[in-house]
Amino acid sequence: MSKPKFAMYWAASCGGCEIAVLNIHEKILDVDANFDVVFWPVAMDAKYKDVEAMEDGSILLTLFNGGIRNDENEHVAKLLRRKSQILVAFGSCANEGCVPGLANFSSIKDVVDTAFSTISTDNPNNIRPMTAYDMPEGTLHIPTMYPVLKTLDQVVDVDYYMPGCPPESHQIAAVIDLVIQVLQGKAELPPKGATIGAGGSTVCDECGRKRNVKTIKEFNRIQMIQPDPELCLLEQGIPCNGPATRSGCNSRCPSAGAQCIGCYGPAEGVVDYGARLVSAFGSVIDSDDPKEIDPILDGLVAPAGQFYRFNLAGSLLRAAKPAWKSGD
Amino acid sequence: MTEEKKPFEPTIVGFTCNWCSYRAADMAGTARMKYAPNVRLIRLMCSGRLDPTFVFKAFANGADAVLVSGCHPGDCHYVNQNYKMLRRFNLMRRVLGQMGIEPERLKLLWASAAEGAIFAAEINKFVEQVRELGPLNWNNKNGAAVETPVLQEAAV
Repeated sequence: MSKPKFAMYWAASCGGCEIAVLNIHEKILDVDANFDVVFWPVAMDAKYKDVEAMEDGSILLTLFNGGIRNDENEHVAKLLRRKSQILVAFGSCANEGCVPGLANFSSIKDVVDTAFSTISTDNPNNIRPMTAYDMPEGTLHIPTMYPVLKTLDQVVDVDYYMPGCPPESHQIAAVIDLVIQVLQGKAELPPKGATIGAGGSTVCDECGRKRNVKTIKEFNRIQMIQPDPELCLLEQGIPCNGPATRSGCNSRCPSAGAQCIGCYGPAEGVVDYGARLVSAFGSVIDSDDPKEIDPILDGLVAPAGQFYRFNLAGSLLRAAKPAWKSGD
Repeated sequence: MTEEKKPFEPTIVGFTCNWCSYRAADMAGTARMKYAPNVRLIRLMCSGRLDPTFVFKAFANGADAVLVSGCHPGDCHYVNQNYKMLRRFNLMRRVLGQMGIEPERLKLLWASAAEGAIFAAEINKFVEQVRELGPLNWNNKNGAAVETPVLQEAAV
């Protein structure tokens, strides 16, 4: 009997998700023992045409990481959707845009200017990428960038969501174990659309720090103070995103003395991650005086960046107006 | 045949609290005061009930502006929840500004149950302000927020 097929792909992402997969150590041998890896650009040579030649639905499991930034990403997302029985949005980028999605604050022009014309860039001839270039041998094409980065489920139907930047290795190992058990008939798959490899509650729920009633008079940046090692970071005025962030990481950052920045995405039931944080942060400020409130809020230097660092493309607003506009 | 250009009619979503500002709207109605029909009022028990998600969702789904209205400071039926809303309101405006949405599209209005006339006048003023700003034009063909269904619709 031939082994079920496995694929993994990266679209607009950094490659950290692939490293997280390799970080499961010897468990990777279980993947090899149970699956036939047919497409995984970072680990093996494969061409899109090989995937195109496969029968529809012939790949059992595809882990798709990265957001949809250009037409190549979209093409492969649609291709893998067609060829896969189970498509998992793997990692923060595919789920909610993540850091590449922060470009949704800017127009394409600003993004390209930043990449090719800043003072730290050595580009004397002002060379810019072109989507088509005529050579004597023919025309060369590179993918066309979209005005905004989209999440995977804004482009294709997604079966499961696995959050994290990157997903924690123990969570990946648990999910792989589950899939293998399903293959052996010992377990059942969760319902379609479920979030796998993560908890259902918030980072605060897993956090071991001491909590009292939160009343804060100023926001502090983590590098400006010496935080108390045991007290809730938000109580100390450090903007910690724990109250809105999905559990599953064992509260890694707060345990190590750094604030949660929200890489596991919105907790169960949170529709808009940033809005939940606006709500939470607005509640803990200890002032009823408008003259006092504004200076306190000044401590949040870039609130949209604070609230949507991982979640902009997956938020209700999805992008800032300049980014939408650049698609006109 | 020339087509007459209609003035831009903004769509405004307004959130009012049960005890003061909705009563103000009610009073404006019973007193037969006329005000611009552009605002769609949604009654909450308290302005403190206003989840910022409501505001962002209104903008994402096509509102040109959002009005948030509650009891005057000190008058809240739930002691101090309107102050909580005030803090969230200030924070929301900052976030919206970074998103390229003019913060003026989000307005805060304190109105007591007796202030029907003020409520009506303020809405008229706000509609004119938003008309000046023009349509938000949030949705376009390349990334329309309405293009894909909003996730977890029921969970709001």
